[in-house]
Amino acid sequence: MELVKGTKIDFMGMKKYTFVFSGLLLLLGLVGTVQIYRGQANLGIDLAGGTAIQMKFQKPFSMGEIRSILAKAGHVGASLQEASGENILLLKLGALGKEEEKMVAEPVVSLLRQSLPGNPFVVESVSEIGPAIGHKLRRDAALALLISALAIIIYLAWRFEFKFGVAAAVATFHDILVIVGIFWALGIEMDLLFITALLTIGGYSLTDTVVVFDRIRENIRLRKKKTFSEVINQSVNEVLSRTIITSLTTFVAVVALLAFGGIVLRDFSLALAIGILVGTYSSIFVASPVVALWRGEKMTDVKR
Amino acid sequence: MMKSITGRITLIAVLTAVSVIVLLPSLTDRLPAGWKDRMPKINLGLDLQGGVFLRLAVDIDKAIENTSMRYADDARAVCRENGLPVLAFQKIGDGGFSLRFPPGDFASRAQATLKDEFPSLDVGPGPVSADGATVIAHMKPAEIQAIRTNAVVQGVETIRNRIDQFGVREPQIVAEGDDRIVVQLPGVKDQQRAIELVGKTALLEFKLVDEGASVEESLKGSLPEDDQLLYQKSTDPQSGRVTKTPIVVKKRALLTGDTIKSAKVNFGNQVGGAHVSISFDSRGAKVFDRVTAENVKRRLAIVLDDTVYSAPVIQERISGGEAQITGNFTPEEASDLAIVLRAGSLPAPVKVIQNVSIGPSLGQDSIRKGVRAAMIGALLVVTFMAFYYRFAGMVADFALVFNILFLLAGMAAFSATLTLPGIAGIILAIGLAVDSNVLIFERIREEVRSKKTVRAAIDAGYDKAFYTVVDSHVTTLITALILFQFGTGPIKGFAVSLSMGVAINLFTALVCTRVVFDYLNARKPMQALSI
Repeated sequence: MELVKGTKIDFMGMKKYTFVFSGLLLLLGLVGTVQIYRGQANLGIDLAGGTAIQMKFQKPFSMGEIRSILAKAGHVGASLQEASGENILLLKLGALGKEEEKMVAEPVVSLLRQSLPGNPFVVESVSEIGPAIGHKLRRDAALALLISALAIIIYLAWRFEFKFGVAAAVATFHDILVIVGIFWALGIEMDLLFITALLTIGGYSLTDTVVVFDRIRENIRLRKKKTFSEVINQSVNEVLSRTIITSLTTFVAVVALLAFGGIVLRDFSLALAIGILVGTYSSIFVASPVVALWRGEKMTDVKR
Repeated sequence: MMKSITGRITLIAVLTAVSVIVLLPSLTDRLPAGWKDRMPKINLGLDLQGGVFLRLAVDIDKAIENTSMRYADDARAVCRENGLPVLAFQKIGDGGFSLRFPPGDFASRAQATLKDEFPSLDVGPGPVSADGATVIAHMKPAEIQAIRTNAVVQGVETIRNRIDQFGVREPQIVAEGDDRIVVQLPGVKDQQRAIELVGKTALLEFKLVDEGASVEESLKGSLPEDDQLLYQKSTDPQSGRVTKTPIVVKKRALLTGDTIKSAKVNFGNQVGGAHVSISFDSRGAKVFDRVTAENVKRRLAIVLDDTVYSAPVIQERISGGEAQITGNFTPEEASDLAIVLRAGSLPAPVKVIQNVSIGPSLGQDSIRKGVRAAMIGALLVVTFMAFYYRFAGMVADFALVFNILFLLAGMAAFSATLTLPGIAGIILAIGLAVDSNVLIFERIREEVRSKKTVRAAIDAGYDKAFYTVVDSHVTTLITALILFQFGTGPIKGFAVSLSMGVAINLFTALVCTRVVFDYLNARKPMQALSI
C-alpha cells in the first residue's frame, strides 16, 4: 500500500502564496509575543504567579454562589471552571498585585469550607506560585529556546552549511511563533507545559527539515544540470510520502493523548497536534525556499 | 556496525535480559528481597502519586539582622560590665549598629574594649557632638558571607531533620541557587500540616513578662525601649475559635531553644490536654536554674516565632532542666511542636513562594489516564505500521516493543522520575522511533523500484537513511538535553524520557530491525520483500 507515489508537485512555484500565508501567521505570532511580553495574554499561574485550587465537591454546586462568596472576601478576579458531571471546581486567583508572594490557598479553602457547610469537598490539588518565580520560569524558558536555536544552527552548520542551519532555525522559529499566535488568538492558557510543547514542536519541525535538507544535499551531488529550485522540488517530492506518513502516525499518537490524556494534558496535546501540522508545512514551504532565496540558484556541493 | 548476525542477536538478548531484571522491581513487589532491594526503581513524580512541592525563599537579610542584633545585645552587656554607660543604640543597615556614649573618654574606651572582645566586628568611631560620641560596629564581610551560606545549608539540614521525624518516605530537600530551598514530599496526605511544619522558623525563646508596662499604652504605641508587644494565641478546643491576648515582654531572651536536648509530647492531668515537655542540655539547665531562681513569682513567657504559647508564673526555682509548654494543643499540634523543637530552629525565616500540592486520588486518576492514552496511541501506530508496511511494518513493531522495554529499563536504572509530561515524552519518542523506520522503509521501497535485489535494496536503504536518521535524532537530542538543563518540574520530566527515548531509538532503529532482515537473508536470499 502506498499513499503517495511519484508526485511532481511544483512546491517552489507556490512560494509567493505560501510566503504571504506564512507572513500573516508570523504577524499574528509577533502580536501574540508582544502581548505576552506586555502581560496581556492568558498566562498560566506557573508563568504569571497566582493560585490554582482544584476541589471535588460531594454534591453539585452553584458557580454564582461561590463567585459571590469569593467576591465578599475581596477575591474579585477569580476565574472559575467546572468539570461537567464530576462536581469538580477549578479555581484560579491571579497574583495579588502589591502583596507579593502572599499565599492565599489556605484561607480561601477554609473560607469555602465555612461558607458551604452543606456541601463538603476534598482539595485535589493546590498550586501557588509567587510572581518572582513566575518571572524566573519565564526567563528560563526564553533562555532555553534561544540556546536550543543556537545549538541547532551550530550543529546544522557543521553537518550542512551555515545557510542551511540558519534556514532551519528560521523555520523552527516560524513554527513556534505561529503556535504562540494561534494560542494567543484562541485565548488558551499558556503555562509551563505549553512551553514544553513549543520546544517539542521545535524539535519535531527540525527533524522534518533535516530530512528534506538531507535529500537536497544528496540530489545536488547527483544531478548538476538542474537549478537549485528544481532540486528542491524533486527532493521534497521524493520524501513526501515519508513526511506524510510520519506526520500521520505522530498526529495519531498525539490525538490519542488529546482524547484520553485527561484535562491536565489537554492544552499540551492540542499544541502538539497543531504543531505537527505547522511543522510539516514549514519544512516544505519555509525552510528550503529560504535556503533558495539566500543561496541563489548556484549548484555548489554541500559537504557531507 | 557489527557485521556478525549472531553477535548482534546476542547483544539484543543480553540487553533484553538486563532490562527485564532492572525493570521488574518497578512493576511488581512479588520478587525475592535480594533482587528488589538491590535494584533502582522508577520514581513516580508528584503529579502521579500526589504529594507536596514547596519552594522556599530564605530571608537572608533577616538572618544577618538577627545576628547583628545579637552582637549588639552582647556589646551593650559588655559595655555595662566595664562601666561604660550606653545612652542609645541604633540599628544600621547591612549588619551594623551604633552605640552612643556620654561626653568624655567613654566612646574611645568602648571602641578599644569592643575591638578586643569581638574580633568578627569592624569597630570604628562615629559622629561626635557636644552631648556625646558614638561607636559604630559592622560585621566583617567574611562573617556576613558565612551567615549567607550557612542560612541555606543549615535551613536544608533543619528541614530534613523535621521531615525525617514527621515520617515522609524519600523526601527531597535541596538548596537552589543562593537563597532558595526546594522541598518535595511525595505521598504526603495531610498537606497543610506538612507545609506548616516545614515553614515554621521554630525560634524558641524564654522572655520575662514586663508587669510594670501597661498593655493599653503599648497597644497605642508607647512601648518601653527594652520591651516588645507580643500576642498569646489560644484556641478553644470546643468551638475552634482563636483568641489573641496582647502581652508585653522584655525584648531580651533569657534562654533560647538551641539549648534544648529533647522534646516530647505528654498528656498530663495537671495541665490538661496535650503539652510538650522539653529538657535542656547542661548549659541550658544551668541558665534555666539561675533564671528561675532570680525571678520567682514573676511570669516567664514561652515564645515561639514571636507568638506566646504560655506565660506561667514561676512558682519556685527549677533545677532539673525540665520545662513544659502548654497551650490547648491538639495531639497533632503538640507532636509537630515537639518535632520542630527537637530539630532546631531555622537560621533565618523562610517564606513559601511556590506550593504545588496534589492529592493522591488526583495523581492516580492522572496516571490511569496518561497510561491509557499512551497505550491507545501506541496501539494505533503499531496497527498502522503493520497495515501500511505489511511484514516490514511488523518487524518495526517488534523493534518498538524492545524500544519501550529498553526505555523503561533505562529510566529505572537511572532512578529517573516518571511524570505525566514524561508519559507524553514516551509517546513522542515512539513517534520518533516509527519515523526512523518510515525513513528506512521508504528508501528500501525506492531501491526496490529501481529493480535492485531484495538484499541490495535493504542494504542501500539502511545506508542511505543512516545519516538522515542520525541527524534527525541528534537535533532532537540537542533540544531535549537543553530542556533538561534549563527546565524545571514538568519540563524536566519530559526531557528525561524524551532524551533517553531518542538515544535508545538510534540503537533499535539501526540495529534491531536490520538484524531480522539480515537473518532472513543469510540462509537463503529473499526473493520478494513484503513492504
